[in-house]
Amino acid sequence: MPILETIGLEKRFGGILAAANVNLSVEKGARHALIGPNGAGKTTVINLLTGVLKPTAGRIMLEGRDITDAAPHQRVRLGMARTFQINQLFLDLTPLESIGLVISERLGTGADWWRVVGSMSAVTGEIVEIVERFRLADVMHERTATLPYGKQRLLEIALAFACRPHVLLLDEPAAGVPEAERHELLATIEALPAEVTVLLIEHDMDLVFSFADRISVLVNGALFVDGAPEDVARDPRVKAVYLGEELDA
Amino acid sequence: MAETPAAASPTPVLADDIAAYLRRRARWSPLEIAFWIFAFASIWLFPDKYLILKDTAILALFALSLDLILGYAGIISLGQAAFFGVAGYFSGLVAKYGLINEPVIALVCSGLVAAAFGFVTSFLVLRGSDLTRLMVTLGVSLMLGEVANRYANITGGADGLQGVDIAPVLGRWSFDLYGHNGYVYCLIVLFVCFVIARRIVYSPFGLSLRSVKGNPLRAAAIGIPVKWRLVAIYTIAAGFAGIAGALLTQTTAFCSLDVFSLERSADLLLVLIIGGTGYLYGGLIGAVIYKFLQDWIATLTPQYWQFWIGLVLVVIVLVGRERVEGAIAAARGFLARLGDRLWTRIRPRSAALGGATDGR
Repeated sequence: MPILETIGLEKRFGGILAAANVNLSVEKGARHALIGPNGAGKTTVINLLTGVLKPTAGRIMLEGRDITDAAPHQRVRLGMARTFQINQLFLDLTPLESIGLVISERLGTGADWWRVVGSMSAVTGEIVEIVERFRLADVMHERTATLPYGKQRLLEIALAFACRPHVLLLDEPAAGVPEAERHELLATIEALPAEVTVLLIEHDMDLVFSFADRISVLVNGALFVDGAPEDVARDPRVKAVYLGEELDA
Repeated sequence: MAETPAAASPTPVLADDIAAYLRRRARWSPLEIAFWIFAFASIWLFPDKYLILKDTAILALFALSLDLILGYAGIISLGQAAFFGVAGYFSGLVAKYGLINEPVIALVCSGLVAAAFGFVTSFLVLRGSDLTRLMVTLGVSLMLGEVANRYANITGGADGLQGVDIAPVLGRWSFDLYGHNGYVYCLIVLFVCFVIARRIVYSPFGLSLRSVKGNPLRAAAIGIPVKWRLVAIYTIAAGFAGIAGALLTQTTAFCSLDVFSLERSADLLLVLIIGGTGYLYGGLIGAVIYKFLQDWIATLTPQYWQFWIGLVLVVIVLVGRERVEGAIAAARGFLARLGDRLWTRIRPRSAALGGATDGR
């Protein structure tokens, strides 16, 4: 059984069909990439999966459970977290506070209004683990707004990871990261634990082909090709529609 | 609370650093302790100013309630007077008809009534932008003012609620004419409410509010039920505003329609503009400055004091509090450097060290 599955997912914005009959199936533990030219509807699909947008038709199944009508925060608790293409961080908080917040929410103490943050050692231990995994230890006390872009990008993923998702959706994690900071980011993504299923939306073909073990190509809101990276790379239609366009651009 | 050090973690240094930081974060700073010592010392320092001090304490508590929603959750409101007024009338009526005689119990009940009312109206505030919220909150308090006016048989209407007789606090301290007991009562209530508010903002719940204020989209994406957190803090803040309103009724043994007035809500915004939001002391410091500025200017020019208050506000907003704070920080740095220099004159042997720090 796939861990994440969409059945006939459709989203209409007035006359525009942004997602048309998308049947996406992500296996447990997969490194699945969703690619497609600009305007193919990749971000629409992510927003549908995470509940930011409501689908016009179709169902979304997470671990066999229908989550089509669940609110965004409920989907997180059911095991699916996401990052954003454009950083969505808490600029006034430090990375330490942000990560601590996510952990305390997950442990169900987020509504606790009497205890002081971090008075539980379980939280502290987990903050350490995440801060180290995402190489944020040296900047953890600084205001997020003042961090270098590469670190902000790492924090973007760290916040989603701290939700302990079964499925992690990465929306263009490498977008806009300067060359010097790129390596650190890619190494961190590579090192994500194997049991976490990753659905990656990305423009960067090097990253996609080095990372993914399965690729789905989205064109004009519909799934175009779905298969192993070698097959997708060889597929003449993909070359024509997507890689060809990439070369022209 | 016993805390087990995270010794089992791979990097105990980092873990200890984080644990220490989190503990330190909520600790009372010496400045805060000094603030409250001075606040309580005012009972003995300014015996001829009890009335204005009492009004200041009530205004401070009221401003604290707005700071909780504005400074921590980003909800702007022109209608905190609604909760102030509801609890003001409630505490007046229960005292008048002898339903709850003990003032402290009546105070807590008034706060709960205001909170319940806040909970019900919070759903109106969840929707829409800042402008919508301003209008909705303003509308609610104006409507309540008219309701109180209409049911004059209960509220006394334009004449105000007469015949309120407040029993002694805890059966011992009655409200005297000089306002000594009234002020001490208000100050203690303010302190207790402040400690609760402080506890709330340093809790995980408080942190989640700041995240909701900073980025509601992301807050939902990390599993925070944004709507319910806003409902919760709006309800709590309404309770605080209610306690402030009940304090006014209890210490004056009177309640009139102006508890619902727009001016009362607008004053709060002025207080927070003066004092700043999001660090809890803004409402307290702002209330002190606002009240005493008002008092001082009113003695200088009884007719035109509002002109000068207005001028001060315009200057504060134009100059910006950041710049004032920057100037204070610069002055502090200058004094520190001056101190360093004097120190190096007195102790020539540490000159090299002083030179090194100057050169950074």
